[in-house]
Amino acid sequence: MAATVTNPAPKTNRIGLPVLEYRGSKTTLCAGCGHNAISERIIDAMYEMGVQPEHVMKLSGIGCSSKSPAYFMSRSHSFNSVHGRMPSVATGALIANKTMLGIGVSGDGDSASIGIGQFVHLMRRNLPMIYIIEDNGVYGLTKGQFSATADIGSKLKTGVVNDLPAIDTCSLAIQLGATFVGRSFSGDKKQLLTMLKAAIAHKGTVMLDVISPCVTFNDHEGSTRSYKYMQDHEEPVGEVGFVPSFEEIDVEYDPGTTYDVTMHDGSSLRLRKLHEDYDPTDRALAVKTLMEAHDKGEILTGVFYIDTQKAAFTDLLNLVDEPLATLPQERTRPSKQVLEEIMSHMK
Amino acid sequence: MATTNAGAASAQGESEPAASSKPIVNDFSIQIATVNGSGSQSANSVLLRSIFAMGVPVSGKNLFPSNIAGLPTWYTIRASKHGYLARKKDIDILIAMNAETSREDILSLRPGAVAVYEEAANLKQFRDDVTCYPVPFDKLTAAVCPEAKLRKLVRNMIYVGVAAQLLSMDMAVVEKTVRQQFAKKQKAADLNWSAVEAGFNYAAQTFTQQAPFVLEPMHATEGKIIIDGNAAIALGAMFAGVTVVTWYPITPSSSVVEQLIDFLKKYRIEKDGKANFAVVQAEDELAAIGMVLGAGWAGARSMTATSGPGISLMAEFAGLGYFAELPGVIFDIQRVGPSTGLPTRTAQADLLSIAFLSHGDTKHVMLFPANVKECFEFAGAAFDLAEQLQTPIFVLSDLDLGMNNWMSEPFAYPEKPLNRGKILTAEDLQRLGSFGRYQDVDGDAIPYRTLPGTDHPKASYFTRGSGHNEKALYSERPEDYQNLMERLARKFETARTMVPAPVIVQTGKSKIGIIAFGTSDFAVAESRDQLKKEYGVEADYLRLRAYPFNKEVRDFVSSHERIYVVEQNRDAQMLSLLKLDLPAAETTKLRSVRHFNGLPIDARSVTDEIVLQEGI
Repeated sequence: MAATVTNPAPKTNRIGLPVLEYRGSKTTLCAGCGHNAISERIIDAMYEMGVQPEHVMKLSGIGCSSKSPAYFMSRSHSFNSVHGRMPSVATGALIANKTMLGIGVSGDGDSASIGIGQFVHLMRRNLPMIYIIEDNGVYGLTKGQFSATADIGSKLKTGVVNDLPAIDTCSLAIQLGATFVGRSFSGDKKQLLTMLKAAIAHKGTVMLDVISPCVTFNDHEGSTRSYKYMQDHEEPVGEVGFVPSFEEIDVEYDPGTTYDVTMHDGSSLRLRKLHEDYDPTDRALAVKTLMEAHDKGEILTGVFYIDTQKAAFTDLLNLVDEPLATLPQERTRPSKQVLEEIMSHMK
Repeated sequence: MATTNAGAASAQGESEPAASSKPIVNDFSIQIATVNGSGSQSANSVLLRSIFAMGVPVSGKNLFPSNIAGLPTWYTIRASKHGYLARKKDIDILIAMNAETSREDILSLRPGAVAVYEEAANLKQFRDDVTCYPVPFDKLTAAVCPEAKLRKLVRNMIYVGVAAQLLSMDMAVVEKTVRQQFAKKQKAADLNWSAVEAGFNYAAQTFTQQAPFVLEPMHATEGKIIIDGNAAIALGAMFAGVTVVTWYPITPSSSVVEQLIDFLKKYRIEKDGKANFAVVQAEDELAAIGMVLGAGWAGARSMTATSGPGISLMAEFAGLGYFAELPGVIFDIQRVGPSTGLPTRTAQADLLSIAFLSHGDTKHVMLFPANVKECFEFAGAAFDLAEQLQTPIFVLSDLDLGMNNWMSEPFAYPEKPLNRGKILTAEDLQRLGSFGRYQDVDGDAIPYRTLPGTDHPKASYFTRGSGHNEKALYSERPEDYQNLMERLARKFETARTMVPAPVIVQTGKSKIGIIAFGTSDFAVAESRDQLKKEYGVEADYLRLRAYPFNKEVRDFVSSHERIYVVEQNRDAQMLSLLKLDLPAAETTKLRSVRHFNGLPIDARSVTDEIVLQEGI
């Protein structure tokens, strides 16, 4: 039968690559793990945006989440670093080659506990990269201890109750200077994909906290990171729409019902208001809204904050256009005359 | 340096107490005791540079507290016609400007020494075997400096004048030095010069007893430069084409990066005003080394500078750098540990912690510059080695070398092109079809790498600190792990042949050998002269310049009966590393000479210890 069927040419994106070229190795995470769905959305977003895989750096720390860069985009260079320290590795790598698109995948333990120091400083620098926290509220690889994003009062499978408040990585990121901050849910294909595509178009730190249930250790009654809990408590702050620079905007909305944001590359991010008077450019309002929703037991999702004007860290460094990594010796070693001049000043 | 000093070893040793009336020429030490933050640095610098300008070999050491202002601080200057640059154990001339320590300062002098002090302190009461020169500093200062708030600073210049008179210095040279020091501020230059003159005139009119030490012009400093080791490292890094610099401020390494920033801003901004470098002040040393390795992975020449506490924090990433094979250069300007230790005092005590930094089987390459010239040269060599060997390279300087001014031959321009190591380009991959990131293709255990951004579908690989095979795929297979670890061990053997070789001075007849490294070299060079002149003992000398050691080290040990390993730490750390490397039979030859009180090692301490152990 196979002999009689000719395969049609695979569908390709705007740079002529089929989606297959954006895939990674086979996942070794649990079946049903939210992280796998996130990897799928990253593949879709990169494919749909027509990103050249060789121009992407994937970076991660340690944990289940941090394994996932192996499961998408094998044609991209990848760096699985040490626990909680991905931000510094990413900073060094992206300074060395600012022409690359950086995508970091971390977890709630990796970012909110062991790596909180590096996390806050990356946000503060507004390093141009996409920083994803695959947030399940527990340490999976060590068999299910609470992480620092677990909500107060939530219960482990063993019955242990968390008596410390959760760290809200989104509020933190907004306060510290990240310029694109949002939360999504691994189970919300459309919203997550749209946010990831917009993230690719943004220049500055994109911090996405993606609730990603752990089917093995944190998907039970009493957990606030389960699929069931998310279905009952997810509350989008707005509907996220995105039109990349290479596509025409074809839908018009009533003025006053949406926020339109023009991204660095000319793409449009359209945020349709669901919450009255929500303004994603108002940092204080964003943090206030997050805190109030949390108090009500809601998990807000969507783009909470965006600033397309603030200079990214690589701009502040006033770097030459080409990657520092591969500048030729003629540009990086001053001349003999320079050394002689310096020596003569020291005589 | 070793050979230079050995060559200069003329018949005369260090100065003895002045028993005769004939003054000692160009061979003495001065200690200036002041209060931290009182601005004595300019005065000390004028004194040092004036001696240098008279052509007399000179070295200066700042012994300062970990404090912004208010605690006692000492500056020692040694003039040596023999060219000895090590600290001299005894002080010949004390300038006691700190009332709080002046009693203790004068009590610590040897008989026959000289003391200059504030008249009111009446230090004469404590010693009748010291030549005393009381000076009314406050009165003289008030006369030349009407502005009260400047007096604290100007007061120090008075002692420059007093010392100049007592030592018969050439006042034209001193004036030139003062005016150079304040080149940008005419008024300050005039004021300071008038203070020097006031001190000089007072001494000339008041003191009838000539000091037993004098300076006479020489020609031993012509063409030489004065520079601190940290500046030399900064220059070495700039001329090695460093592009990513990360740091977390820590004494005594901060001035490496501070001075590097100045150089880079001046010489590495391109015509369009953009920087071909990046400097990032990190949130801590963990982040600093993480950024270095991230940048090295991406292909940049990256570095950080730190000291012991920073090294401790970098342990985790050092293991990643070793295991995942990432280039990067770490300058450790050693200070006294453990823990916070004595942050402003010198030591050579980070060897063992760096050699095996991080958990698991880990070994690191270390370079040991012994002088400012080597700080410059090894900084350059370190970047080549890091990229050639694809591993972090540690350069171990210390506070004595890094923060003090040293005279040196000017640095030679590095003519050798940068060696960026084994990197495959898109064209290479086109030709090869594919590559195995951790495959030993050339038999030297050094694999090939690609850089992120290489435009070829086969260019990428997965870097990780977890187990991996030759293709850089995750692996927990026993044979993959063992193969990888054995290759890394073989790579260390390759490193042996690439690092700077030791400097050896030997007669071929001596039964005794000395092994030292880094700043201990200054003391050892002088000690060898003392041993020869005073005891008729000729000791051969091997100065280590890198770890792992090469074959010459083993040969040196096997061709001597007794080896004295001289180092500035308590636990004989270098001796321990040598023991690990040498055949068991050779290790019994090793004897230890250690100096670990926070002060730079001096020749007399080395000589005394060797003489004691030799039973001479």
